[in-house]
Amino acid sequence: MFHLIEAFGIALRMIVSGDTVVFSIALRTLLIASASTLAATLLFVPLGCLIHFNSFRGKRLATGFIQTMYSVPTVFVGMLVFLMISRTGPLGGMGILFSPWAIILGEIVLIFPIITGLTISALQGTGKGLEDTAIALGASRRTMVLKVLTEARYTMFTSVLMGFGRALSEVGVAIMVGGNIAGHTRTLTTAIALGVGKGETASSIALGLILLFLAMMVSIMVNLLQHGGNR
Amino acid sequence: MRKSLVLAVLALILAGCGEESMPVQTGEVGSVMEEATEVGAVEPMARVERLRVATTTSLYDTGLWGYLEPMFEDMYDVELDVLYAGTGKALDWGMRGDVDVITVHSRAREELFVSEGYGPERVPFAYNYFLIVGPADDPAGISGMSPEEAFSVLMENGEAVFVSRGDDSGTHGKERSIWTAAGYDYETEVRTAGAWYVEGGSGMGPTLVMANEMQGYTLSDIGTYLAYQGDLDLVPVVDQGDALLNVYSVLQVGASRNPELSAALVEFLTSSEVQQLIGDYGVEAYGMQLFTPCAGQNIQVAEECSI
Repeated sequence: MFHLIEAFGIALRMIVSGDTVVFSIALRTLLIASASTLAATLLFVPLGCLIHFNSFRGKRLATGFIQTMYSVPTVFVGMLVFLMISRTGPLGGMGILFSPWAIILGEIVLIFPIITGLTISALQGTGKGLEDTAIALGASRRTMVLKVLTEARYTMFTSVLMGFGRALSEVGVAIMVGGNIAGHTRTLTTAIALGVGKGETASSIALGLILLFLAMMVSIMVNLLQHGGNR
Repeated sequence: MRKSLVLAVLALILAGCGEESMPVQTGEVGSVMEEATEVGAVEPMARVERLRVATTTSLYDTGLWGYLEPMFEDMYDVELDVLYAGTGKALDWGMRGDVDVITVHSRAREELFVSEGYGPERVPFAYNYFLIVGPADDPAGISGMSPEEAFSVLMENGEAVFVSRGDDSGTHGKERSIWTAAGYDYETEVRTAGAWYVEGGSGMGPTLVMANEMQGYTLSDIGTYLAYQGDLDLVPVVDQGDALLNVYSVLQVGASRNPELSAALVEFLTSSEVQQLIGDYGVEAYGMQLFTPCAGQNIQVAEECSI
């Protein structure tokens, strides 16, 4: 118990004094999660919109499938991406395995269902009534779409934040395709996994506290946005 | 107010990605991702050459690679990416061409790697010994026995916990060969022996921590045991026997995209200067040698005795 309290004290000191290794790992984690979230947002928010605003065969099936994929295990995505980008795999020519780009790619795949699915939910959340009323009042389809997007903007941004939170805190993809290389692909989660195994309690706690702080910031923002949307 | 918050967050994300995407243009992964301590040495946009070495966990957990890495990087002006994994996984990465050089410790599998054409040769560069470590009160009473006898007693005892690496690593391979020598079939008799036989599935360090938590026995290389000793209550109980010899080799991967640097790394590890450093590594911290350098020496005889 004393050991734990002591380690906690050292961890706090590491954070307060701005330990360079701890903070460079935190910064790297933020950059990787931000890059994957940005790419996923640019790709999958429009995809969610396309699915919502268009009627096609199998729309409900597609939506249902995407939404059941929210809980896809990170190690499964890690394994899949590893097999794709290993040099013997179909995307091996890119040569990005064991680099930050591999983690970014893996996290894009990981949060694809969350961002697409939650975007669809957000748009559905405005209710069919809004769309019908807009059309009934003589609005063009374009105006109706804009109206729905404006109405759903806070919930849509929440979906992006949820994706960011998942990318930030996942460990399976980062360790399998990143390889936890010091100074290159080591993220908060993989550093903690290694640190606990090595008995480096203090630095693991410091990294854990930073990760917890970041995850809580995401949750707080989600909350704020939901209030914004409800007002 | 709310809008500005959203904008601020977006700006933050975009800013992050702007920095993030810089290295893309260079075609290589850039230095934005380096630890702060290394940043000074490299221009932010510089094209950095990278070499990947996959190492068995024991050479990583003891800190040996962390110690040698900056020397090689300075000497050849290259970023060395050290990936740790069990011998099985490290060799698999090599077969896939995902790494350039491998440092592992399982002679039979290394020879298979070479004979199947994945690499030119196997170069032994250091050795040490395995230990069976366990609780100080030695509940199974195996202290001082040969490794084979000790395993037989553990099997008959059926209560004292033994934590196996269970991860297809070099150490796991060694453990299996000792079970075989003791007269047990690993798959049908050992793995199914009961709750006392625990397959941990992690690296050497975490396995030692696990054995310590369970107050059980485990087979460990001496280097990792010494590196973790401060956090453990476990003591060496069996440390004599030919079966315990542990030889580390370096293998160049044939499919490496950088054959010159791969060859340079093999040369680096086997050079007399680095051999000296490997021999001295840890002596001050642990009061004894972790690795005995052996590049170019004939340890064939000793190895044959051990298998």
